[in-house]
Amino acid sequence: MEIPYTIENRPDTGIYNAKLGIWLFLASEVMLFGGLFSAYVLLRVGAEPGMWPHGWLNVTLGTINTLLLALSAITTLLAWAACKVRDFGKFKFFHACTILLALTFLGIKSYEYHDKWIHYEIALANGKFADGHLVEKSADFDLAKKIGTVTIHGRFVEDRKELMDLRSPEAQSAKLEEHTIAAADIKKLENYGPKHNTFTAIYFTLTGLHALHILGGTLVIAYLWGPGSRMWRRDPERFTNRIEVSGLFWHFVDLVWIFLFPVLYLT
Amino acid sequence: MSDTKANSAPAAPSPVPTHAPAAEGHAVNLHSYFRLCAVVFVIVLCTTSAMIATSFAHLGEGWTLKVALILAIAVINAFLVAGYLMHLLSEKKLVYTVLAFTVVFFIGLMGLTVWATNGFPPGTVSH
Repeated sequence: MEIPYTIENRPDTGIYNAKLGIWLFLASEVMLFGGLFSAYVLLRVGAEPGMWPHGWLNVTLGTINTLLLALSAITTLLAWAACKVRDFGKFKFFHACTILLALTFLGIKSYEYHDKWIHYEIALANGKFADGHLVEKSADFDLAKKIGTVTIHGRFVEDRKELMDLRSPEAQSAKLEEHTIAAADIKKLENYGPKHNTFTAIYFTLTGLHALHILGGTLVIAYLWGPGSRMWRRDPERFTNRIEVSGLFWHFVDLVWIFLFPVLYLT
Repeated sequence: MSDTKANSAPAAPSPVPTHAPAAEGHAVNLHSYFRLCAVVFVIVLCTTSAMIATSFAHLGEGWTLKVALILAIAVINAFLVAGYLMHLLSEKKLVYTVLAFTVVFFIGLMGLTVWATNGFPPGTVSH
């Protein structure tokens, strides 16, 4: 049995079925991310004064990722337009560009995650704090048994609040050096993973969910670029519609990032 | 993007990339899409730069004004993507209806969130 309205528009809706389906799906996605943005607002305004982080994320990398996604949205549109004018070669080229841009985005995001994973805040027994990127842990390091040492590239501060605003003049002028700290002097050692504080929790949740969308979209686009493109030979119009539907999803992913970038990196 | 039933050959160039090519008697023109994409990308570059500049600008104490300005610029970016790249400016009525419901619920969700921020229950402890 043939699936109806995969090419021609349904008389009652005015659009083909897959297009209506993707718009309904995107509407539900808006509410999914909306819920998480709502959580972000509550966490931010509920934070104690001076305890909401600023400048923790790399603006340069965030900007590069913003432009990469904008470019990929454009190449997706051009891939669809190439299908419309029956230029399969150009379609292949533009969609390959989309895939490469998406993978680069994910690569940069992975690097950012790794950077947070090796960034440690260390509460010291003397009441001070050490903060920086892990250089090495001694082979015998065991915090529970208080043996061994840990070396970080960072700085010491008197108050934890000094670690919150990395855009402050004090933080900007701070000199980062290598420090080796004995386990016996450490009260608590924790990396900047999701459980570090509410900012990292919502940061990893929002960007992690977004990255999963990027990954899913990339897999679909790669399928349509590779084995799925066989449909072009027997039903080009239906294939073009598939490209359109996957493109709408991709643009939505770009839309989400348009708000994630300023909310997390710039404010 | 647009409806289906593509023409097999591009017709005369149109100044603006058309939506719904066959169904409404127009043809997609790749060159006009190149122009559109170039314009959109340049605007995205400008708005992104403006957001970053605003973020680092000295606009008094606090973040409220900065956040408002940056989000306003982000809305311009979002309008470009949704309006032109997703062709939302020339979509069918049904799509607008679906999105109207979404907008209402989204505004309701955010409205409740902002409302809640002004009234944490007595005794709420923040860490």
